[in-house]
Amino acid sequence: MATVQAQPLTRAEQFRDYRRAAGVWMAGPGLWVIIGAFLVWAMIAERDGVVTGVVIGAVFALGAVGITLIFAILKFGHFAHGDTMMLSAYLGFMFLTGTIAGEQQSDLVTILPVSTSDLPGATTDIWNFSFGYGLLAAMGLSAIATALFLVILNHLVYAPLLRRGSSVVTLSIASLGLALMIRSAMLMLWGSDPRFYSPGIRQAVDLPFGVRVLYDQLFILAIAFVMAAFLYFFLYRTRLGKAMRATSDNADLARVSGIDTERIVRWMWIVAGVLVAVAGVMLGLQAQLKPELGFIILLPLFAAAVLGGVGSPHGALVGGLLIGIIQEVAVTSGIIEPGYKFSVALIVLILVLLVRPRGLFGERA
Amino acid sequence: MTAQTTPASNPPENAPARWQWRTLLAPISVLLVTGVILGITYEQSGDVAAVARFYAAFVTVAAILAILALALNIQWGYTGLFNFGVAGFFLVGAYTAALVTKDPDNDQYADYVGGFGPDLDILPFLSSDQWFPFLVALAAAGAVSGGLAFLLSIPTLRLRDDYLAITTIGIAELLRRIAIEEQWLGNGTRGLGGIPRPLEDLVGGSDYRYVLLVIAVISLALVYVLLERGVRSPWGRVLRSLREDELATQASGKSVQSFKTQSFVLGAVIMGLGGATYAFQSRAISPETFTHFFGTFLIWTMVMVGGSGNNNGAIVGAYVVWGFWQSTLLIQSYDLPDLLATRISFIRDMALGALIVIVLLLMPAGLVPEKRGVSIWAERAARRSGQAQRAPPPASSAGGGGDGVS
Repeated sequence: MATVQAQPLTRAEQFRDYRRAAGVWMAGPGLWVIIGAFLVWAMIAERDGVVTGVVIGAVFALGAVGITLIFAILKFGHFAHGDTMMLSAYLGFMFLTGTIAGEQQSDLVTILPVSTSDLPGATTDIWNFSFGYGLLAAMGLSAIATALFLVILNHLVYAPLLRRGSSVVTLSIASLGLALMIRSAMLMLWGSDPRFYSPGIRQAVDLPFGVRVLYDQLFILAIAFVMAAFLYFFLYRTRLGKAMRATSDNADLARVSGIDTERIVRWMWIVAGVLVAVAGVMLGLQAQLKPELGFIILLPLFAAAVLGGVGSPHGALVGGLLIGIIQEVAVTSGIIEPGYKFSVALIVLILVLLVRPRGLFGERA
Repeated sequence: MTAQTTPASNPPENAPARWQWRTLLAPISVLLVTGVILGITYEQSGDVAAVARFYAAFVTVAAILAILALALNIQWGYTGLFNFGVAGFFLVGAYTAALVTKDPDNDQYADYVGGFGPDLDILPFLSSDQWFPFLVALAAAGAVSGGLAFLLSIPTLRLRDDYLAITTIGIAELLRRIAIEEQWLGNGTRGLGGIPRPLEDLVGGSDYRYVLLVIAVISLALVYVLLERGVRSPWGRVLRSLREDELATQASGKSVQSFKTQSFVLGAVIMGLGGATYAFQSRAISPETFTHFFGTFLIWTMVMVGGSGNNNGAIVGAYVVWGFWQSTLLIQSYDLPDLLATRISFIRDMALGALIVIVLLLMPAGLVPEKRGVSIWAERAARRSGQAQRAPPPASSAGGGGDGVS
C-alpha cells in the first residue's frame, strides 16, 4: 500500500480543534445569536426590565461615545468621564435652581442671581413630563459648561502631557487624579446629600403589550435618539466629523494630509462634553444625584465602549443600550441581587475581553 | 543588556554628580511633614509622651501603607501595569487575616465565617497563640490576594493597559460590595472588630504600640529588601524592559504574558500582606475602610509623589502623603469655621488628586527620581575596574501618544 494513511486525530487534537471551532463561532456569529436570543427572551419575559434598561442604557450610550472617541483619537482611557457626567448633572442642578450647598451640607444657598427656573413659566410642566422648559435650558447651559470644562482640562493637563511625549498610561493616571478632584469639588459644592431636579410626581403611561413607562423616560429616549442622530450627522456628513474619523483612523496620516489635529482634539472634547452632559442630566432625571455615583458609572461606560468595540461610536451606542438592558433584566429576573447591579457591567466586560476583545464593531483589539 | 531610560532631566550616570536643588526636595518634605505632625500634637497635648505615642502610631500606619505602595510600585513603577483596584487586594488581605485569626463567632451581633484563632494554637511552646496564627493569617492573606490577581490576569493582561485598569476598578468595587452584602461572610456593614494582635498578651498595655511599630517596620524592611533584590536581578530587568518597550522584550525571547503575570501576582501578594498587617494594626475593619479613595487613590498618590519605579521613592512618598493626610485630620480638632469644618475631608481629597496631576505635569520623576542602572553586577564590575561604566545611549522614552496600542 503506497498511499499515505491519514493519522486518526488523537483525543487531545480533537479537543483542540473543537475548542478552536467553538471559539471562532462564539466570537463571531455565536455572539450575535446569543445576544439576539437574550433580547427576544427578555422582551417576552422581562418587559419592564427591558424598558428601564433601554432608558438607563441610553444614558450609558451617550457617555460611552465620549469614552470611545477619546480612546480612538487620543488613545487613552479617560477615567474622569464618569465624574464629568456627574458634574454635568450637578451643573444642570445649579443652573436650574441657582443653588449650592451652604455652610452645612444639608442647606442650599443661592449663588446664581438668575436661574432657569426663574424664567416666566419655566417650571410649569410640559405635556406630561415632571419638569418645565427650565430643565431643558439648564441642560443646554450644562452642556456648554461641560464642553468648556473639558476643553480647559485638555488645554491645562492632557495637551501639555501629550506635547511632552508622555505615554498613554500617564494620561490615564492624570485623568484618575482629575476624577478625584472633580468628585471632591462636587462634594464641596453640593454636599453628599442626594439632590433632585424636581420633586413632582412622575406620571406613567401604558403602552401596548402591557408596557408601563414614565413620561420622563420617554423624554430621555427621545433626547438620546436626537443626540445619536446629531452625532451620526456630525461624524458622517460634516467636514469636521470626517476629519475626526480620519484622525482616529490614523493620526499621522491625517496630520500630513493637512488636518489640524489639535483643532480636531478640541472638537472631540466638545462633542464628548455635550454628549456626557446630556447623559448626566438625563441620569439626574432618572435617579437622584450623588457625587459617589460618578466613579461607579465608569464601569458600565467602559464596558459599553469595549463591548461595542473601542473606537466605534455606533458600537458604543449599541453597547450602552445592551449593557443597560442586561443590567436591568438581570436584576428584575432575579438572577442578580439589586446590591450587585453594577457588577453586571463588570461581568460583561470580562466576558468580552475573554471572548472577543475587539468588541462587536471594533476592527482591532 | 537592556537599555534603561530615565526622564531627560537626570544626568547620565557617568557624568560628574551635579548638585541639584531637586535632591533636597525629599528630605525637606519629610522634615516638613514630621515637623507639622509633631508640632500640632505637641501644641494640642503639651506632653512629650503623648506626642511619642501619637508619632509611633503614625509611623506604624505609614510603614503599612508603604508596604502597599511598594507593592503597587512593583506593578506600576517597574512593570507598567495599571492596577486601579489596590483597594480590592487591600480588602482581601485584611479580611482574610481577620477571619483567620479571630475567635469563632459566638455573639448574636457578629456573623462571619472562619475564626480559627484558638484552633491555630498548635505549637506547644513559646506561647504560640501569640504569633503562630498571625503567620498563618499572613500566608493566607497573601495566597488569597495572589490567587485573585492570577485569575484576573487571565482575561486582562494580554490586552491594552486600560483594560486592566477598568477591570481592577470593577473588582475592587465588587469585593467591597460583597463585604457589605454578604452578612454571613464578613459581618456586613458592621465589619469585623476585635481582631487579635500579634504578641499582644506578652506586651500588654500602652507600650504595645511600640511592639506594633517594630513589627510594621520590620515587615516593611523585609518587603523592601526582597523587592530590591528582585528588581536588581535579571528578573527585575525584564520587568523594566517590559515597561519601556514590550515589543523589544518579546523580540529578545521573554514571555511578556508570563512576566507580567508574575509581577502582577507578586504585587497582589504583597498588597495582601499589607492588608493583613493593616487589619492587625487597626483592630477593626469594615467595608467603609476600603473605599476607592483610601484604598486606591491614596496609594497611587504615594507612588506618584515618591517617584515611580523606585522603592525608596515609594517609602518616602508613603510617609509624606500619610503625613499630609494626618495633618488634615489634626487640623480638624481646631475650631474651624463651619464652611471649612464640613468640607475639610473633601479639600484633602481634592489636594491628593491635585498632587497626582501636579506631579505628572511638573515633576514626573517624583520626589526621589529613579536611578538609571543596568544591574548591581555590572555596577560592581565597573567600580572594581575603576572606570566609569559607559552609560547606554538613552533609548527614546516611550514615544508619542500613539504608541500605546500594539
